Amino acid sequence: MSTEARAEHFPAADWDGGVLPYRVGHRKLGMWLFIVSDSLTFSALLIGYSYLRASNVWPTPFPFFPSIVFSSVMTFCLLSSSLTMVFAVSASSRGDRAKARKWIMGTIFFGLAFLVLHLIEWNHLISDGLRPFSLPAEWVTRYATPDGTLPSPLFGATFFTITGLHMFHVFTGAIYLAVIATRINKLKHEDVEISGLYWHFVDLVWMFVFPLIYIMSVDIGAH
Amino acid sequence: MNAHADEHEHFAGSNKLFTSIWIWLVLLTMVEIVLAYRPMAIHIMLTILLGLSIIKAALIVAYFMHLKFERLSLILTIVPMLVVCICLLFVFFPDSFRSQDLRYKFKETPPEPAAESH
Repeated sequence: MSTEARAEHFPAADWDGGVLPYRVGHRKLGMWLFIVSDSLTFSALLIGYSYLRASNVWPTPFPFFPSIVFSSVMTFCLLSSSLTMVFAVSASSRGDRAKARKWIMGTIFFGLAFLVLHLIEWNHLISDGLRPFSLPAEWVTRYATPDGTLPSPLFGATFFTITGLHMFHVFTGAIYLAVIATRINKLKHEDVEISGLYWHFVDLVWMFVFPLIYIMSVDIGAH
Repeated sequence: MNAHADEHEHFAGSNKLFTSIWIWLVLLTMVEIVLAYRPMAIHIMLTILLGLSIIKAALIVAYFMHLKFERLSLILTIVPMLVVCICLLFVFFPDSFRSQDLRYKFKETPPEPAAESH
């Protein structure tokens, strides 16, 4: 406490050692750095997708039902899970661990709801005939341009990679939160806050995946 | 961090504030869904959608991830670096537009698929 109080008076001494320069613990700083690197992974994937999309004829096959309805409900689930997570962190900061655990369980519930809905949505597309490197035959004829260019078969590759990696993050996040919830009495508040950071990040990524993958590929009639 | 600090960590922001942020996020998502069914040029739609996404991301980072209440030095270490790195990835797009022009295009109407065989 005394070192921190001193550093408040002499900010120039921040980098001389003995204080936490960012006023966050090293684990929380580590999670922030992981989030930065993971955002670059997702940015690279989304920009790779945009690259392919801009240089090819791209199908826009998502119907209002099931795709857009499902993905909107999924977005709602993730946003709500972020809200319950922030309530959990808030309860934990007041030292109310029982309440924090309950809110974390709510977060896990919304996360699992997201996963189930997403898998149903994947199942729709797979049963339509979408594969990582080929489109359903019906889409090929439907989205071919009048000059005879066929739509890119990489639609499935980008879709399954980006949403799949995001789903994997939700899945690992749910496990992470389950571990935090079961061990919450032994953990510090900071640990709960760090798991919250990860969960909000998963929500944050979906805020870009949803418009770029789903909204931009809504079926409003072929050209 | 001593035992006292652990017992009552300072966590700025009330549940009311977080709920209002959540309402904003849901509303912006609904705007995005409505936009999907408005006929408009793809680059305008992309710009609006990305603008909305960046606002939503900023709300999540600032309030839910609590970055607004952290020390300025942490914000300056994390955010500008990420923005610059992501913008650097845009260097690929001129090539993307170029490769669209490299694709073979039929000068006139394409031949009927089965008409030429035998």
